[in-house]
Amino acid sequence: MKLLLKRYRFFIGAMIGIGLLTIFNFDLGIKSLSISGYSLKEMILVIPPVFILLGLLDIWVPREIMMKYMGEDSGLKGILISIALGSAAAGPLYGAFPIATVFMKKGVKFSNILIFIGAWSTTKVPMFLFELSALGSKFAITRLLIDIPGIIIIAYIMGALISKDEIKKLYEKAESL
Amino acid sequence: MSNYLFYGITLILLILSFYKDKKKTIKALKKAWKAFNNILPELLGIIILVGFMLAILNPSVISKIIGDSSGWLGVLLSSVIGAITLIPGFVAFPTAALLLENGAGYMQIGAFVSSLMMVGVITIPVEIKVFSKKITILRNVLAFIFSFIVAYAIGKVAGGI
Repeated sequence: MKLLLKRYRFFIGAMIGIGLLTIFNFDLGIKSLSISGYSLKEMILVIPPVFILLGLLDIWVPREIMMKYMGEDSGLKGILISIALGSAAAGPLYGAFPIATVFMKKGVKFSNILIFIGAWSTTKVPMFLFELSALGSKFAITRLLIDIPGIIIIAYIMGALISKDEIKKLYEKAESL
Repeated sequence: MSNYLFYGITLILLILSFYKDKKKTIKALKKAWKAFNNILPELLGIIILVGFMLAILNPSVISKIIGDSSGWLGVLLSSVIGAITLIPGFVAFPTAALLLENGAGYMQIGAFVSSLMMVGVITIPVEIKVFSKKITILRNVLAFIFSFIVAYAIGKVAGGI
């Protein structure tokens, strides 16, 4: 019980905040709660496949295979696969983080994990199509063309700024999750 | 549409896995649940915060802040708004189009869309759980800076500055 309270303290705090807001400004409180309800519905719709795929990936795909295609020596092939996997994804960015944990367990190169996260955040194919229709081809294509090198450069800058030791610790932590 | 496809693929793989090895499949589902349960508390808190933010920041408020003549200050503000909000894509793009119609500039919208997608201040608790504090902050800061480059390019190509 105590543990549960501690784990959910952020959520409980946020709920108390919204509760207080609703008392002082009823309309705004109700409006924000109804938007939260909408997001919750979206989460319930999108999240199950992401996590089921994550579980299947963890169980079925051997470490050797992941290392061969996305590990330390995977080179350009690893980069391209990381971009493709991230771009093929569906769902909000927070779905990508647990998958990153499984990637760490499977020995995927750190920069490739970051590229995967970057691609998931911004070059998802369904989103690109949506952007194309809403904001026009000039906007969407320009953004895509800058995003791809941008994602890779960000991943390499981070790789350079974070020590090998830190990455090793991170991978060890992933084992326990 | 893409959601159905995603569900379809997942379902097929799940059935295949179940057919091949029942025990392993159950183990996979248990892992799926564990990973989900791990980030659930943060996720619920995030959803409450997002509701609150979207209730305050509606398109007319945002367009006022990031009008066509707002320049780099407007770009900075739109990056900040994009960074702290979390809006699903199918809401974000029509919203961005609406903002453009309401007088927001291309450069500013470019910054907004880019930081909205790549920077997630609200989701930082989830990110820290998987990565470390340092990595999370570094990634978000770099993505934030990157949104200015995107803004400039979009402004050049789409806005003709």
